[in-house]
Amino acid sequence: MTTTQADIDREISDGQADGPHEIQPRLDYPPYRSSILRHPTKALHPIDPEGVELWSPCFGHSDVAEAEADLTIQHAGEPQGSRIVVAGRVLDGDGRPVPHQLVEIWQANAAGRYAHLRDQHPAPLDPNFTGQGRVLTDADGYYRFQTIQPGPYPWRNHLNAWRPAHIHFSLFGTDFTQRLITQMYFPGDPLFALDPIFQSVTDPKAREMLIARYDHDLTSPEYSLGYRWDIVLTGSHRTPLDTEEPS
Amino acid sequence: MSAAPGQTVGPFFHLGLPYEKGNELVPPGRAGAIRFHGRVLDGSGVPVPDAMIEIWQADPDGKILQQPGSLRRDGWTFTGFGRAATDADGHYWFSTLTPGPTEPGKPAFFAIAVFARGLLDRLFTRAYLPAPTDLDALLESVAEDRRGTLITAADDSGVVFDIHLQGPHETVFLSFPRHRGIWA
Repeated sequence: MTTTQADIDREISDGQADGPHEIQPRLDYPPYRSSILRHPTKALHPIDPEGVELWSPCFGHSDVAEAEADLTIQHAGEPQGSRIVVAGRVLDGDGRPVPHQLVEIWQANAAGRYAHLRDQHPAPLDPNFTGQGRVLTDADGYYRFQTIQPGPYPWRNHLNAWRPAHIHFSLFGTDFTQRLITQMYFPGDPLFALDPIFQSVTDPKAREMLIARYDHDLTSPEYSLGYRWDIVLTGSHRTPLDTEEPS
Repeated sequence: MSAAPGQTVGPFFHLGLPYEKGNELVPPGRAGAIRFHGRVLDGSGVPVPDAMIEIWQADPDGKILQQPGSLRRDGWTFTGFGRAATDADGHYWFSTLTPGPTEPGKPAFFAIAVFARGLLDRLFTRAYLPAPTDLDALLESVAEDRRGTLITAADDSGVVFDIHLQGPHETVFLSFPRHRGIWA
C-alpha cells in the first residue's frame, strides 16, 4: 500500500502527542522511513568526556580559501536563481562565540536539484552552481556565505513528499562533543508541517531554532537578499581551569 | 542556552563533506601507518552505503594536537582528524597512526562521530585499541556483554571497528553531560 502525505501527517501528529516535546530530533522516528533500521534502540550511554573529546580539531587559513564562502563564483558564469547572503554567529551553550572554527554547507540549486549523482529528479542542473561552501568563523564567531536561494525538492519517503528548502550546515565547537550537523530553513515555508525530518524535533520552539530570519541589514541594494541565522551548539565541557593548550 | 537541534546529513552529503585525502591522516604505507577500518551496518545487518565517519585522535605519544591542515593534507603534518564516507559495501577506512594514551594508565581510543542518511542526529562512540589492559570509566561502566562493541580487533593492516547502528551487536553510543543539560 502506498503511504500518502495524510498517513505521514497522522504519524507526525501522533508523535507530537506521544511523550514530552524534545529539543533534539527523535532518532526513533518512523515517519522518516529511512530511520527505522538506522537508529540505536538502546539508551545512549552517559559518560564524561576525556582526552581528545575535550578538544576540537583545529582548522586554519591553509584549510579554507576565502573564495569558498561565495558559492556564486565557483564557475565561469553566474548561477541561476535569487542571490542570498546567509550570515550569523556560532555560539556555544554558554553564549560564548566560537572563533576561528570551520563551517561547511551544501545545498540544492535554485531548481531544487543537487549536483549529486543520486539526485535524478527532473529539475535542471546548473552548470554554474555546485552548492558547496566553507568558511572559518572570525574572532567573534561570525560567518557569512554568499549563495543562491535553494529550491524545495521531492523525495521518496512517501507519495508526493517534498522537503522544505534548506541549507545543510556542519559545525564544530571548541570540544568534539559539540559537533553538530543540521539544516537551516527559510521563514514561512509551507512545507514545514508536512516534513518528517523537520518534525522529528517535537518541541516547536526548538524547531524555530532551525529557521533563519530575513534581515534587511544583510540585504544589498539591487544585488541580494539577506538571512540571519545564529547557531547555538551544546556547552563545552572544558572548565576555565583547563589549560589553554592540550597536554 | 538550549542547543540547535541536529538534522540528518541526508543522501547528498558527499557534495559537501568528504574531501580529498580526508581519510588519509598519513599517506598509506608510510612507516608506522595503520589502517583503521570497518563497516557500518543497520538493524538487519545490511551495510549502510551512505554513512560518514569522523575520527579525532591523539598522536602516538598521546599528545592532543591543535594543528591545522586536515582539509588540505601536506603529506607530513599529522592533525589527528579524519573523515571518510562509506562505500557501496558500507566499508570505511582511514590511514593513520596508532593513538597513544592521553594520560598514563588510560587506554588509548579514537573518538568517533557517526553520520548517515536515515540517522536524524550524529552519534558519538569510542574505538579502543585491541585488548586494553587498563579499563577507564567508560569501559568499566559498560556491561561486559556490550564492552566488545567499543574495542577494535587487530588485523594484518591495523585495526577493525564495525559500527552497528542497531541489532544484537548494537554499538554503545555515548551521551555527554552537556547534551543532557548537566554541567558535570
